[in-house]
Amino acid sequence: MSPSRRTVTRSPKPSKPSSVEKAATGIAGFDEITGGGLPRGRPTLVCGGPGCGKTLFAQQFLVHGAAHGENGVFVTFEETEDDILKNAASVGYDVPALIAQKRLVLEYIRVERSEIEETGEYDLEGLFIRLDHALRSVRARRIVLDTIESLFAGLDNAGVLRAELRRLFAWLKERGITAIITGERGVDTLTRQGLEEYVSDCVIFLDHRVNDQISTRRLRIVKYRGSSHGTNEYPFLIDRRGIAVLPVTSLQLIHRATSERISTGLDWLDAMLGGKGYFRASSVLLSGGAGTAKTTLAAYFLDAACRRGERAVCFQFEESPAQYTRNMQSVGLGLDRWIKNGRLKIHAARPTLYGLEFHLATMHREVDEAQPSVVVIDPLSSFVGASFDEVNSMVMRLIDYLKVKDITAVFTHLIPGSGASQEVEVGVSSLIDTWILLRNSPPGEHGGRYLSILKSRGMSHSSDRRSFELTDSGPVVLAAGRESPAQRRRRR
Amino acid sequence: MKARRTARRKAPSDEWILRLYVAGQSARSAAALHNLEAICEQHLAGRYRIELIDLLKQPQLARGDQIVAVPTLVRHLPPPMKKIIGDLSNEERVLVGLDLRPRRRRGGVQS
Repeated sequence: MSPSRRTVTRSPKPSKPSSVEKAATGIAGFDEITGGGLPRGRPTLVCGGPGCGKTLFAQQFLVHGAAHGENGVFVTFEETEDDILKNAASVGYDVPALIAQKRLVLEYIRVERSEIEETGEYDLEGLFIRLDHALRSVRARRIVLDTIESLFAGLDNAGVLRAELRRLFAWLKERGITAIITGERGVDTLTRQGLEEYVSDCVIFLDHRVNDQISTRRLRIVKYRGSSHGTNEYPFLIDRRGIAVLPVTSLQLIHRATSERISTGLDWLDAMLGGKGYFRASSVLLSGGAGTAKTTLAAYFLDAACRRGERAVCFQFEESPAQYTRNMQSVGLGLDRWIKNGRLKIHAARPTLYGLEFHLATMHREVDEAQPSVVVIDPLSSFVGASFDEVNSMVMRLIDYLKVKDITAVFTHLIPGSGASQEVEVGVSSLIDTWILLRNSPPGEHGGRYLSILKSRGMSHSSDRRSFELTDSGPVVLAAGRESPAQRRRRR
Repeated sequence: MKARRTARRKAPSDEWILRLYVAGQSARSAAALHNLEAICEQHLAGRYRIELIDLLKQPQLARGDQIVAVPTLVRHLPPPMKKIIGDLSNEERVLVGLDLRPRRRRGGVQS
């Protein structure tokens, strides 16, 4: 089966470093960061601690292959066939159907030390015969060995095992089988038995950390011979649809710049921004203390997008969708109709419920599904519980992602008390195109709030501080100029 | 391939059924079979049966007895099931593995 494949891969293109043929894993994001998936016809080591998701990774790779014409064999050394079927079902794979269609085979290999006495020379030809038989039974192109290190627990002669594993990987390669070998993380090594020595083509490391009771998962490509790859850690999540990796290498500043402008939803604010509003695909930060109408301004922006017939997504981290629409009703915004006709989607979640990565991943999925032209994140500051660097990098990646998709994003940010936490602003502000600051009037003075534009890249904008008031029909500007609110207040 | 010594012995409870898994006609397979026969003749004369299974010919049989290494000797009867892997060159360990000699006496207690 291998000769034809070999002739295909033997065409080195010196100009392109990534001439390795790839086999898609079907894992969202992973195929993007690797430029197509795992090296076809070669073994890949997927390693990490217990519960890091390596078995799931391998399953997804196999199921995707089986569903797309590359049949597979799943060899399990630890779990029985039943366990594998149950786990696969929990992430929505219909493995029994694939088995019934002869696209997938499960092979449970059990080596129980207590039952075995060793005397004299042996080799693992029995293993080879079983694998060969399984591969032939479905004409497989893919195989998973999960976790072959179990053999070391069952058999004494490590010398024989090592020699045989080396032979096994060469054997698989010779057949042009795309393989995943999983391995449990060792103390100082990637895997307990140093499998990384045998698998030289591609090594992927999965990590699962829990900080402050919030779990984050990360994936790193330790090595990928013959292919360019990012060396970053990529956050990934496991949900009911399996693994999703966030393909956020970027920060390459490759976004197209558009000169199209879109309304903020408020005429007077548009006027302050050169008369036309925000740039499309720009990112906007609305920061201010509590009760400075950040959420309202953001909601007007959403409303304007829906009025134009565009789709919008709002990520709410403080209120439930019902609460949010009710509150917006009180300032003259009927968002319900946009929700009903599908233009507006409100996604509410508690910020502390999941790790940042999970939020980021969820946002990606929502945005991918809804394909909006504008997105509001309200508020960004609810993530400050996490470390500053993490929030910063998350926001950076999010902004980047939205920009690439030509999505205009408005973030609100709460400045607590007397503006003590400038931290996040400082970190994020360099990524922000338009930064609007909102203030309450000082105590003792009546009514109004102030709005000023700290910066707005690429456009002439007002440097005035405007005073506005929240009324039943929305934020209404009081008067231009820098006169004190005392002069203007309650003239009527 | 199956041994014919079955007919003689009526009492099945008394009979040993041993399966030897090999892969092809290697020297190691031959050695394992030779060693096994010698041990059986000496210790189980008249009440054993050896089934020789060549996995190259019957690969599907490897699954049932969970064979990974070859040669592997499986004691099917009497229970419990026992496995001995290797060319069976160390008679002492084979006897221990088959429960024909208690484990503690290993290492020559005679002296």
